[in-house]
Amino acid sequence: MTALPQTTGKKLGLVIDLDTCVGCQACATSCKEWNAQGYSAPLADEDTRGPDPHGPWLNRIHGYEVEDTNGKDSRVVHFPRSCLHCETPACVTVCPTGASYKRAEDGIVLINPDTCIGCKLCSWACPYGAREYDVQEGVMKKCTLCVDRIYNENFEPEDRQPACVKACPTGARHFGDLGDENSAVSQLVKERGGFDLLPEMGYKPTNKYLPPRAKRDTPQPGIEALPKGDGSAMDRLFKLADRLLSGN
Amino acid sequence: MNPAYSVIFFTTASGAGYGLLALLGLTATSIGQSPSLAFVLVSMVIALALITAGLLSSTLHLGHPERAWRALSQWKTSWLSREGVAAIATYPFALAFGLTWSGLYTAPDAIAPLGVITAALSLITVFTTGKIYATLKTIRAWHQPLTVPVYLFFALASGSVLHLALLALFGRSPGPVAPVAVISLGTLAVLKFLYWRAIDRAPRDRTMGDATGLGDAVRQWEVPHTTKNFVQREMGFVVARRHATRLRGLFFILLALVGLLELAAQQVPYVSLAATVVIYVAAWVERWLFFAEGEHVVTLFYGNQQA
Repeated sequence: MTALPQTTGKKLGLVIDLDTCVGCQACATSCKEWNAQGYSAPLADEDTRGPDPHGPWLNRIHGYEVEDTNGKDSRVVHFPRSCLHCETPACVTVCPTGASYKRAEDGIVLINPDTCIGCKLCSWACPYGAREYDVQEGVMKKCTLCVDRIYNENFEPEDRQPACVKACPTGARHFGDLGDENSAVSQLVKERGGFDLLPEMGYKPTNKYLPPRAKRDTPQPGIEALPKGDGSAMDRLFKLADRLLSGN
Repeated sequence: MNPAYSVIFFTTASGAGYGLLALLGLTATSIGQSPSLAFVLVSMVIALALITAGLLSSTLHLGHPERAWRALSQWKTSWLSREGVAAIATYPFALAFGLTWSGLYTAPDAIAPLGVITAALSLITVFTTGKIYATLKTIRAWHQPLTVPVYLFFALASGSVLHLALLALFGRSPGPVAPVAVISLGTLAVLKFLYWRAIDRAPRDRTMGDATGLGDAVRQWEVPHTTKNFVQREMGFVVARRHATRLRGLFFILLALVGLLELAAQQVPYVSLAATVVIYVAAWVERWLFFAEGEHVVTLFYGNQQA
């Protein structure tokens, strides 16, 4: 059903740290790898060996540069973008078939690949570009929050996390219940001032982003002045050798 | 937004078909002369063929056309589902109306009510089509109060021009269809002018800073992938301002030409056939622009500074 649940038991989602993300794409590739074989499989690309390879990926890593007007805090920010599992997602309510739905128990937004007709309207309704069309399967694809991992009892408890979170080498991705204010992710959001993307659009994203920390005001170690020659015989010999070897 | 030909064909062809069907329904008993069987059959077949061809075109371009029936289920929340329900609901009434109006089934008292119901369902279908676009908050140029009225008046304008051509072809007097055509063409021109003025004036107040939360001084530094992905292909299409201005001008010239041809048709009725061709070209220009001028919020993540 495309009617949204009034409340969800949990609000499972991700907290993404823009300070520590290094843009290595490990989350994107592990996401692609996991989702090409698990739930809603496959997730194939088109024209993989041709000049224009493209296909659905559920996680995209952007890079932005932020210029500080006083020149001190300019930086490059790596910015992973995937489904935010909104509380009031328009992608679900516009779906004509009921293939798109938001789970009442944990708030995960999913697509049923067996009933999706591939009309793409959900992708038009999403401001975050979270949904991509799979040409080969004829259905829409999106982040499942690794619903087939996080409840998987065949896994060790520490592996019951989304593939992207497990793959992140810098610990920039955190998974948990954002509806529970005592959870580790909620505490993190509180401490670091986590924010929503496009909050004024009113879709109430569950996923939060942690802003880059301000740079520490420590002086950069400058390049020390090179020692000058002392005019000794050895010094003149080295200068001669240098001139001869550099050809002038 | 990517102007997909299947959707342009669907909205323009079905729009004209529903407009014609609505006018046939409303004028069936008020047009004076009793209609010939040929006129009724040809008119109804053309209206329903346009509608059906449009619906088939949009259905066949789904990823899974064989599942299209599922789209009738979510009418409680989805305008696309409501469109499907309204489109399907129109058929039995349109067929019953056609059968009684043509006299193939004798029930003269049923013609007027069936015609009114058919007209209402036709216009409701076009209304739901407009609503699909007008309710998308992600596309500023579509999320406008004039989007739905433009869809409705385009259907009436193209339907009435088609209706006039059919009346001319069968040597019948235009009757009330002529003023309907004049009013709907004029209203369409005014609404479209106001629509374009509104989207030009609406502030592009969502920024890359809002989308990324990184403040006003943010620029794209690196794209996430080497070739364009689905999001960029589907949502990243934006027409150059210069081309948009020319096409808007062309649209108004074509509408004026339709008016002139209808004027000439008062002397030489067959000229109204040419008017149908011209208004259909105008519909393509307008609908192509409707998509091409639709700037999607997601472009903010891909280097667009404002949307």
